[in-house]
Amino acid sequence: MRLRIRFAKLGKVRFTSHRDVARIWERALRKAALPVAYSEGFSPRPKLSFGLALSTGFESHAEYLDIQLKEQDGGEAAPWDRTTADDMARRLDEALPVGIDVLAVAPTDRGGDSLQQAVVSCTWAIDIDDLDTEQAAEQVARLLAAEQIVVERERKGRIVCEDIRHQVLALDVSEATETGVRLLADLGTQPRALRPEELLAAMDPSLEARSVCRMHQWMLQEDARVEPLTVDAVPAPLAEVRA
Amino acid sequence: MSSLWPELERVLGEVQKPARYIGCEDGMIVPTHRPDKAAWLLIYPDTYEVGLPNQGLQILYEIINERPDAVAERAYAPWTDMADVLRSNGLPLFSLDSHRPASDFDILAFNLSSELVYTNLLECLDLAGVPLHADERTSDDALVIIGGHCAYNPEPLADFVDAAVLGDGEEVVSEITEVVRDWKASGRGSRHDVLRELSRLDGVYLPSMYDAEYDGDTLVAVTPRMDGVPAVVEKRTIADLADWPYPKNQLVPLTEVVHDRLNVEVFRGCTRGCRFCQAGMITRPVRERPAEQVRTMVADGLRRTGYDEVALTSLSTADFSGIEEVVAAAVSDDACGQVSVSLPSLRVDAFTVGIAAEIQRARRTGLTFAPEAGTWRMRQVINKLINEEDLYGAVESAFSQGWRRVKLYFLTGLPTETDEDTLAILELARRCIEVGRKYHSSPTVTVSLGGFVPKPFTPFQWFGQNTEVELRRKIGLLRDEIRNGGRTYNGVKLKWHDARASVVEGLFSRGDRRLGPVIEDVWRNGGVFQEWSEHFDIALWEDAMVRQGLSLDSYVYRHRTEHEVLPWDHLSAGLHRDFLWQDWRDALDELGLEDCRWIPCYDCGACTGYGIEHVVASATPPAGGSQGTGQGTDHRNGADTAVPVTLTARPRVTVGTGS
Ligand code: SF4
Repeated sequence: MRLRIRFAKLGKVRFTSHRDVARIWERALRKAALPVAYSEGFSPRPKLSFGLALSTGFESHAEYLDIQLKEQDGGEAAPWDRTTADDMARRLDEALPVGIDVLAVAPTDRGGDSLQQAVVSCTWAIDIDDLDTEQAAEQVARLLAAEQIVVERERKGRIVCEDIRHQVLALDVSEATETGVRLLADLGTQPRALRPEELLAAMDPSLEARSVCRMHQWMLQEDARVEPLTVDAVPAPLAEVRA
Repeated sequence: MSSLWPELERVLGEVQKPARYIGCEDGMIVPTHRPDKAAWLLIYPDTYEVGLPNQGLQILYEIINERPDAVAERAYAPWTDMADVLRSNGLPLFSLDSHRPASDFDILAFNLSSELVYTNLLECLDLAGVPLHADERTSDDALVIIGGHCAYNPEPLADFVDAAVLGDGEEVVSEITEVVRDWKASGRGSRHDVLRELSRLDGVYLPSMYDAEYDGDTLVAVTPRMDGVPAVVEKRTIADLADWPYPKNQLVPLTEVVHDRLNVEVFRGCTRGCRFCQAGMITRPVRERPAEQVRTMVADGLRRTGYDEVALTSLSTADFSGIEEVVAAAVSDDACGQVSVSLPSLRVDAFTVGIAAEIQRARRTGLTFAPEAGTWRMRQVINKLINEEDLYGAVESAFSQGWRRVKLYFLTGLPTETDEDTLAILELARRCIEVGRKYHSSPTVTVSLGGFVPKPFTPFQWFGQNTEVELRRKIGLLRDEIRNGGRTYNGVKLKWHDARASVVEGLFSRGDRRLGPVIEDVWRNGGVFQEWSEHFDIALWEDAMVRQGLSLDSYVYRHRTEHEVLPWDHLSAGLHRDFLWQDWRDALDELGLEDCRWIPCYDCGACTGYGIEHVVASATPPAGGSQGTGQGTDHRNGADTAVPVTLTARPRVTVGTGS
């Protein structure tokens, strides 16, 4: 059976790297004694696949992980229900550090696209200091009005010019914060993800994010956008779940 | 004061590897500070990756936090980018557990395991906002304490530290806590009074209460300044490891560190008697943990941490009584899933490799052995009694069981070493390759060459270290031999330790109080993280020595004489000076000395002086291998083949330049 897990990365743990998070999960799965399938060979690795990497320092309410579980004897998977999911989420939460919180667990189809291939865009909450909502709104409008936004990006060690306008799928001023403003942005991830800091640089090179949080990842299903796994109650952005 | 986290969080985006500074490890304790508790900040003055796994620090962290009258948090040396960020934002050194400023703590306790981190200690003090010099501190400032192996010769740090603790810390941290707690309760009266109280504790040395006297350039005495201060400070030794099953909750970091696995200490101390090895000499006698306790600590630890690897640590784990049963239990504990066990210090024999083969479930990449010297003669001098048959047996066992790479550790610059001894290292490596070819098409043997640095409280403490030029010449000898050997050495790789770093280690290993200004000079000129090759700069040290009018020759390269006062003579690791001197003479006579664990005592002092003894479950030496068990030891007086060491002054050597 293949399980898909959605988890948050909030607070102090946001300073761990993508690699660190992978190792944290490997240990947590052993602690929670989940029957994870292992690769064959001299140094067997657990069969895990992570979705899009999150930059070190960014928070998230929408990280994903697929886990291949060992086949049960007889090939029959145990029936899956709400209790199984809750119980598994609780066991994993206990094994994970504060700030990495399981939001949803569910079986997923075997095969199909990997998470990295399937996800087409992400919604980001970007907090900027020393900018009020009016100024922000002006900047947003100017950016959205442009037909082309050409930026320099590094690709395979070379600097290339690329138009990123089509990757800015939506951009809004969400609300005022204590020290500035929060933007909400839907940014494309194919063929290569547009990063929130690249968006800011295109708006105004002097802007710096105080914090960045991935709110959603989206895939396409018959032209509708859906999340790889939904959470019953979607948490408020930057909830106070801090370490 | 409250947490600095809000400020730190804003700057962590600017540094490399910010996860070094977040804490949050599984096993972390966030203690409640109160005015009636003594607050310890335990500092490992190297990077987080190197410092976090340190077991000594973790043991004390738990013991202190279990006390109702104390708290302990941890700090590691901020990397240079972080130090810059802290200074430019006006932020101090902080603890990782609750991100408090260092000024919230009563005691800054440093664990020192290398001389090259001494400037990092100054860096940490400066970032903590504590005056560098002990004599400039007031009762508002923290007490600065050092422990760890380097504390056995704390004299070069005498200007900067308030106290040095010798030996095992398990018991003495509680005694120190009580003194500091009472001092706080009484309103932190005079600093002199609390230091005076600390000086009454066994194992605690207060450099400021001693005067060092010189006759010209020669140290003639270090003596107490006042009545009631001991003329000799003795080390602390815990009698039985079974009473100290720590760490109970080993810290599991969120980011990668060295030795990233469960570590269970199976015994402390080693009496193999390798004469170059300070760790073995100062941690005598052998104290084994009961096998049952080891099993419990392994099983519980794996379940709690989620690690799939456990290391059974000690100075020579294959010597643990019943090692086979213990590792068999660890690997067969189903509850822990697929577990790999590692023995960080393999003994050089086929028996040991057999155990390694049984337990190393992970990929068999490389095995490491430490024959330490190339010839049997040389190994008798250093008392590392490995036969060539042991080595080839071990290597054969490794290659035949799937390993393709073998790493061999050697020292160069040993007493009486000749070029023949040095070159014999390559002959051993070549023959190991030959053995390997029986099993693999291209086996490799990596020879890792360290420069020998004489250490206090070893029989070699009187030996004049090889000069940088000489060490480099010896390394060059091996490089040339490989280069000119054509295909002879196919598969042999040579790595070596920077000879210049050995010079600095040697300077402080046997240095005295006059070196304080040298450390300060190097630190003021930006010399931090000197144990990192990208930061190490010999010129900083040489220039500082010149500015202080001191010579490397006298500190590093000079042989000491029998009756000369050594800077650590007023401290004691339990070993009688005459035992060490006799062992030094035996070394020069190429006489091996058997392990006292399994034969009658030599009265070195480590047990006899403190009324303790070995705690060893098995009365007989382990099976397999002659190493140090007396089998095959050549007891003939080898004077006819000995290479004389001149113990009087040698011709002057030029150092450093022109090589
Ligand atoms: S006192 Fe005796 S038994 Fe103890 S370590 Fe020394 S020689 Fe060995």
